[in-house]
Amino acid sequence: MALLQLQEPGESTAPHEHRLAVGIDLGTTNSLVASVRNGIAVCLNDAEGRSMLPSVVHYPRAGATLVGRGAQAFQVDDPRNTLVSVKRFMGRGVKDVTHIESMPYDFVDTEGMLRFRTAAGVKTPVEVSAEILKHLRERAEASLGGPLVGAVITVPAYFDDAQRQATKDAARLAGLNVLRLLNEPTAAAVAYGLENASEGVYAIYDLGGGTFDISILKLSRGVFEVMSTNGDASLGGDDFDHRVFCWILDQSGVAPVSDSDARRLQALARRAKERLSSEEEAQIRVTLSTGDEVDLTLARETFVDITRPLVNKTLAPVRKALRDADLSVDEVKGVVMVGGATRMLHLQQAVGEFFGQSPLTNLDPDKVVALGAAMQANVLAGNRTADDDWLLLDVIPLSLGIETMGGLVEKIVPRNSTIPIAKAQEFTTFKDGQTAMAIHVVQGERELVSNCRSLARFELRGIPPMTAGAARIRVSYQVDADGLLAVTAREMSSGVEAQVVVKPSYGLADDEIADMLKAGFENAGEDARARALRELQVEGERLLEAVQQALLADGVLLDAQERAGIDAAMEALRQAVAGTDAKALRKALDGLSRQTDAFAARRMDKSIRTALAGHKINELKV
Amino acid sequence: MDLQQDYFSLFGLPQGFDIDRDRLEQAYRDCQAQVHPDRHAHRSDAEKRVSMQWATHVNEAYRTLRKPLLRARYLLSLRGVDAGIETNTAMAPAFLMEQMEWREGVEEAREGGDVSDLEHMRQRLDLHERELHQNLSGQLAGDVTDGELAADTVRRLMFIEKLQIEIDDALEALED
Repeated sequence: MALLQLQEPGESTAPHEHRLAVGIDLGTTNSLVASVRNGIAVCLNDAEGRSMLPSVVHYPRAGATLVGRGAQAFQVDDPRNTLVSVKRFMGRGVKDVTHIESMPYDFVDTEGMLRFRTAAGVKTPVEVSAEILKHLRERAEASLGGPLVGAVITVPAYFDDAQRQATKDAARLAGLNVLRLLNEPTAAAVAYGLENASEGVYAIYDLGGGTFDISILKLSRGVFEVMSTNGDASLGGDDFDHRVFCWILDQSGVAPVSDSDARRLQALARRAKERLSSEEEAQIRVTLSTGDEVDLTLARETFVDITRPLVNKTLAPVRKALRDADLSVDEVKGVVMVGGATRMLHLQQAVGEFFGQSPLTNLDPDKVVALGAAMQANVLAGNRTADDDWLLLDVIPLSLGIETMGGLVEKIVPRNSTIPIAKAQEFTTFKDGQTAMAIHVVQGERELVSNCRSLARFELRGIPPMTAGAARIRVSYQVDADGLLAVTAREMSSGVEAQVVVKPSYGLADDEIADMLKAGFENAGEDARARALRELQVEGERLLEAVQQALLADGVLLDAQERAGIDAAMEALRQAVAGTDAKALRKALDGLSRQTDAFAARRMDKSIRTALAGHKINELKV
Repeated sequence: MDLQQDYFSLFGLPQGFDIDRDRLEQAYRDCQAQVHPDRHAHRSDAEKRVSMQWATHVNEAYRTLRKPLLRARYLLSLRGVDAGIETNTAMAPAFLMEQMEWREGVEEAREGGDVSDLEHMRQRLDLHERELHQNLSGQLAGDVTDGELAADTVRRLMFIEKLQIEIDDALEALED
């Protein structure tokens, strides 16, 4: 940590504080929160000393929502109102979910993202995830002793745009400032790579509760460069449990079973699977609510047999990732195993055989993602020290394309492109006076729109009316460092910026999120307007601090007039932050932002020039 | 120093088809270390915006210079030569014949599910690709621009790349 901060005499800025930031592994089965304390990343525990929070939410008929072990207690007795593995539903519709027939939920049949009817009303997977995140935020704030500056939330590398956006929305609902969405295998690579000072090509094999990722990374002098990633966003430890569950039903002949008994048997199936990682056989004994007795012995050999197809299913993405990285198996220096499901011995063996080397299992596969996320959060929050000089270069996992004539896909951004990335296309109007057009963006590798994932329809409005074919509409697709897509459009001959209205296919619209936020404040007995004002004040303070730091570092890049403009805008913002007029505050924020645009660009130029100058000096030495 | 500057100067490299890959990679990393959004996450929105623009630009520059075919096309455009990708289809008849034979070969092997045949064709194409790269290093060296010849080589390389993708897709389909 930076204990010493050199300051110019007479400067009145606050000394550099350690900003509280966390990494959150929002898992299918369990979730964790971690933070860097005294320079070391640690998982933050609950009052009982446990770091893992079961990703279970219970909505009771009356009273407060329960999260974690408290919710788990209702899993068997009230399965309909007790939601488990909700990550599998993020950004997904009813038709996308496998094994939906064996789920005890009351799904609302709706277009777009699925919803659950619960005792506390209709809930989206985003709101359920927000409950888990809120629980972890509160744990972190109690443990660290103050409000958080922000959080890095991890997502499966193979998550598409809708799933990423849903995760970010959940964090927003939970009152978290998202510093970055970080891919789980990349987070694991950071924790592993920094711990072991690794160099070379590594494969991160990450099998979680409900998702599978494989990422190939090149680690070199502090740069973690993802070369390719692949996976299966609906394959995980849960599926192994399900195979055992089906085996139990098949062997015992007790089917059909009630929702409660199904949950009971699923829990036993999971325990049996876990036991088989250390023992040769597992007992499954239970009396069901019907009085039926189940008494079975599952031998490891049988378990290996019934789950072999699942193990093999993970190897196809591994092959594809290697091919995309243009690498052969023997060029991989190490294979890091991540996720609780990688404790299964036959999985380790299969991965070992594939790569021709024993996989690395020396880090806790449950914690490594959260720890890596915490390290990254610490750096992103501005607590970087001389030792933290690493950089992550990540990729987009699935190609982005747009629908063209005949239901075909035209690729815009190919998979495994390093992010951020932008592409632009030009369109024209085909009718006289046409002022609007729509673009359908999909994600996936297939040629037909119907075989890809529909992300959103972007409607461009406010195109100046012209004769057919005269307008030149340049549409830009920008994928940011979170892997999220934004679309902007401009008519080139007039320079008019088109208004873009996003209609997400499996996401929540902005006003839905706003309504949920408002409802959340009201539930907590808060005035939504007061809350919004407070958030703007925090934003204002953050901006003032950022500009102050920038002036301190690079004030010389400004002439007297520019400096005076910025100083005046800062003073205006300082006054607005102290007041209670939200509108004036917004205006002052925008004002300072505008005043610093040119300054920001100049600062960037300077740092690039410095980087290249340093490079040339290095060459002279050689 | 601005976003309009050419990619070679951005990375401090001499303009030409032959490129020192290690130097390119190092310069790319040095640039990203400065401009990447992760380095600016705690700064103002204005700085975050500039950072994303720059990081996007640096990624695009790196991608263009790293891939030989993209690099060649970029050099042609820098030197004002129209590669004639959309317009010029006047390739030598012998080359077009060869292309047709290749395509039929790939199609046959795909239908017959012949993996080793596909792999063999891929290797032959790779070899041919390397020869064309060698031609380009003369045609697009330093300040030399043999525009017409280089454009012809680029068009040949584009045919080869298409075939390579077809073979890879066929191999992937056979694997699944």
